[in-house]
This record gives sequence, structure tokens and C-alpha cells, in this order.
Amino acid sequence: MKKNVYITDTNCVTPLGFDVTSNWEALLKGQSGIGLHDKLGMLESFYASVIDSEQLNTAFAGISGESHFTKLEKMLILALAPIISQHKITNRTAFVFSTTKGNISLLENENCEIEAAHLSALAKKISTFFGFTTEPIVVSNACVSGILAIAVAKRMLQSGVYDNAFVVAGDEVSEFVLSGFNSFQAMSQAPCKPYDKDRNGVTLGEAAAAVYMTSHSDEVQNGDMKILGDGAINDANHISGPSRTGEGLFRSIESAFKESGLEPEKLSYISAHGTATLYNDEMEAVAFNRLGLQKVPVNSLKGFYGHTLGASGLLETVIAIESARKNQLIGSKGFSEMGVTQSIEVIKEHTENEINYFLKTASGFGGCNTAVLFEKVR
Amino acid sequence: MEANKYISQYCVIENNSVAINGEPQFALENGSFSEFAKAAYKHFGIDYPKFFKMDNLSKLAFLTSEIILKEVVNPAEENDIALVFANQSSSLDTDAKYQSSIADETAYFPSPSVFVYTLPNICIGEICIKHKLQSENAFFVFGEFNAAFMSNYANLLLETNKAEKVLCGWVEYYNEKFKAVVYLVEKQGKLEHNEQTVNTLYTK
Repeated sequence: MKKNVYITDTNCVTPLGFDVTSNWEALLKGQSGIGLHDKLGMLESFYASVIDSEQLNTAFAGISGESHFTKLEKMLILALAPIISQHKITNRTAFVFSTTKGNISLLENENCEIEAAHLSALAKKISTFFGFTTEPIVVSNACVSGILAIAVAKRMLQSGVYDNAFVVAGDEVSEFVLSGFNSFQAMSQAPCKPYDKDRNGVTLGEAAAAVYMTSHSDEVQNGDMKILGDGAINDANHISGPSRTGEGLFRSIESAFKESGLEPEKLSYISAHGTATLYNDEMEAVAFNRLGLQKVPVNSLKGFYGHTLGASGLLETVIAIESARKNQLIGSKGFSEMGVTQSIEVIKEHTENEINYFLKTASGFGGCNTAVLFEKVR
Repeated sequence: MEANKYISQYCVIENNSVAINGEPQFALENGSFSEFAKAAYKHFGIDYPKFFKMDNLSKLAFLTSEIILKEVVNPAEENDIALVFANQSSSLDTDAKYQSSIADETAYFPSPSVFVYTLPNICIGEICIKHKLQSENAFFVFGEFNAAFMSNYANLLLETNKAEKVLCGWVEYYNEKFKAVVYLVEKQGKLEHNEQTVNTLYTK
């Protein structure tokens, strides 16, 4: 017997605010976290969505007086703290942590012991701070990590391995990642423009996001989300570019729908990946068209937050959940004219619209893709 | 009650040697990982030039998997084999190499072909591409080998019909220290698939 799995609580820490309410208000005003930043290492000035360290330190001081945490660790703890305070951690509680690069900036110090940069060490530090008793599960699957972490937690809860789970995701802007995307010539010279005809690459960002998931239906209220299905399928095509046919994404979405039994016509909204590279956005449009989803309203939140790597899938799910709760679609910032060859329904302006079912997708290096289908509990 | 699952094949690479289903098959007495990997590639008759462009983690994961998959995959049909891999050091071996390429103003050479390997799941991509495995995949990181998680996750992929078979792997590589244990979980086989047997593959 498979159990139902729900998301009841959400939080996020981004340049637009340190909780969901402040983020939502900023999105409604059309604000973006993306700004022009000065030289970093050998990089000339660049656009990125960066959290102000002073504001972060002030907010963190409200939670803990300890000073030995990195910026990323503070973001993760701030994202989790208000959610954890509402629930009890038991030996049947999973702690799932998703990140692409973790504390990679520690490597900038040549005297750094490599163990300090281990993702498991970072997970353990957060886990110890909150008193989790189970071994942290770290998901590190490139840019799908954040949404894959939800699928992984859902699968473990569904089969009764755990009763509930805290899922947290975070990544920061570092010279390591900036220089890497730059070497790929994948960085946009202006704030990114997902799906637009003038898009020319990604803008990087940093954020942390967290959700509480449970298989206990007595914890669930109206407006919470039930997870209906998921899929995380590889393109098997290229390690640094998506499949032109969108095969992995197509199959991931197909797998999520098959599990859910939901008719695709019922879908109200797709929160897509939309990195604003030529190939990614085009590939998504192809996959959505192959599935007959080209008329479903779709957006990318990268114009507000940049590409927050392993955090993006979870952050964008947190915002999509807020959209569903408020029945309000957020306009896809940076988009003005259709720039993909197969037409899709990109949301131009904020629009009120009843949202009962939505899909979150992501794709990344290594040919990975993930899709998760959500239903609003009514 | 769910039907039993079995480990049908397994391959272990450590200390410059390869064992298949518990039987030692190849060893190179002295030599770096790169020399060992090249010798093993030749010994097992693998013909895949892309292998030589891979980073060390991908070479290790690819070799250990290929020894199993070349006997199992039927290229004439779709093979629904999920890949569930994990390790301790993520991609830190290549991360450190990439970091040194941007650390110094006088020797600043960030290379996209190195940067792409600064993600641990790239090794899964390499294996999927070789056998056109358009199937479920995920990469995890743990402080140490986690037989409980690996067996739970493989079981639930099979029980929820997300995959027909699951190729599981612990693929750890950092600075010439390496160990890989890769095994195929399916409905038939000799070894029963559970936490204890998975642990035995790793420790024996």
C-alpha cells in the first residue's frame, strides 16, 4: 500500500527576502534580485542575484550566536529554522539536503582540508544544529537536485521508510561556478531573459529553500500540496547539452502523469526550468509540445532569482506552491517576445487564475531531468 | 508482500584490481589510477574512445559499470535500467583541479572540458550515453557507504515500476584513492537483495 505524501510548510531565503511572504510581495512588485556586481577574482563585472551578507548576518544573529558558519550554512539554517520549530524531529524523520556545489568556495583557501568541503560534512553540520538523528541524504544531481530532492523524499515516505521529511536546498554564487559558466560562454551579458528571442545565457544566483513533507494526512490542511507523481529520467544524449528532442524531460513528465492518473487537460500551470540558454529553453518548448502541454501557462523564475543551481528546483517549487495557494500566476520576468521555435504559453503579466494542479520541471548537465506533479488539497 | 529482488551481477574495483561476482579477474601491480584504468579497459576489450576524455571519477564508474552492462544490455531494444550512484567525495578530485586553474592570475585557464566534470552525476550521464539508457537516475553523497539507503531506494524504484532493473553503485575517487562497487538489482539472480548482502559486497 503506497502512502500519500504532502508538502505542508515552505520557506525560502533569497535576495528578495528571508521568508515566503517577503518574497511573494517582491515578486508581485516585479522586483528582481539580479544586480550588477564588481570584479570577482579574474572576472570582470557580472550580473548575479546575490544575498547581502550583512542582512544575512543580522537575521542569523536572531537564531544563533555561533559564528563558525559559512554564508551558505547560514542561508540553509535560516531557511529551515521556522519550519522545524513547527514540527517534532523523530528517528523516523528524514533529512534530505540538495546542493550542487555546497561549500566549494572553501577550496579558495589553499590550506583548506578537503574533508571540510565534503557535502556530507556540510549536511552533518546542519543536521547537528537541528538535532536530526537519521543519516542525512545528500542529493547532488546538478541543476535538478532541488526538485529531485522532493521526488526522493516523496518516494521514501510513500513506501514508509520514514514518516516525514525536511528537505532543504542551497547554493551560493562563487568564483568557481561563475568562471565555469563563463568558460562555457553560457553567461548572459544582461539579466537573463528566459524564452525570449534576445536571450543569450544564464544569470547565476544564490538562495536556500526548505519544505516539510509528511505522509500523515492528519497534518494536512486545505491549500497544502499532495504530490501526485514524479520522474527523473536521463537524456542519454550529451553530458553538457540537452537532447534536441527533449527526450529525458518528455519521459520524466510522462512518468509523473502515468503515476498520477491525472488527465493532462487538468494541469493549470507549469513552473519550468527556463535558464535562458538557447538550447535549454528550446528543448523545453519541444518537450512540452510533444506532450500537448503547449497551451498550459508556463513561467521561469530565473529572471527574478537567477539560476540558483541545486537550490532552484526547490525554491521555484516553494514559489509555485504560493502561486497555487493564492491562485495567482507570476509573469515570467525578462520575457517579451517568443524566442523558441515551438510555441508555448509563457505568462507575460501576473494573472489571477485558479491553480489546482501544477507541474515543476528541471533539467541539467549530465543529461538529467526531473518532473514532479502537485495537487492542491481542497 | 513485495516479491523478492536479487543481485544478478556485481563488480568491485579497488587496489588496482577488478573482481567480477567475487572472482578476481584482473590486477595491475603498480601504477597510477590512470595506468590501471587504461590497462583494465584493454583487458576487458572495451572499445569506446570517449573513455579517454573522462575524468577519473567517470572512468572509475564507467569501467565498473561497463563490465556488467556489456553482458546485460541488448542494444536492439530499450533497456529500462535505472542508475543509482553514490559516493563520499562527490566530484572533489576534479573540483580541486578546476580550482587550481582559476587560483592564479598568471596561470588562469578555466576550461569547459574540466568544469563539466565538477558534478558527480556526470559519470551517470556517461554510462547512460554509452548504452542509451533513458531511464531513472540519481546521484547521492554520504559520509560512508550507506547500504540501507541504497537497498531501500533500489527496491522502491522497482516496486513503483519506475524501472525494470536498477544498477547501483558506490563510486568513490579522490586523489588516487578509489573504490567502486557496482551491482545490478532485478527480479532474478543468485544473491538475495537486501541491506546485509549489499554490505557484504562492499566489505568483503
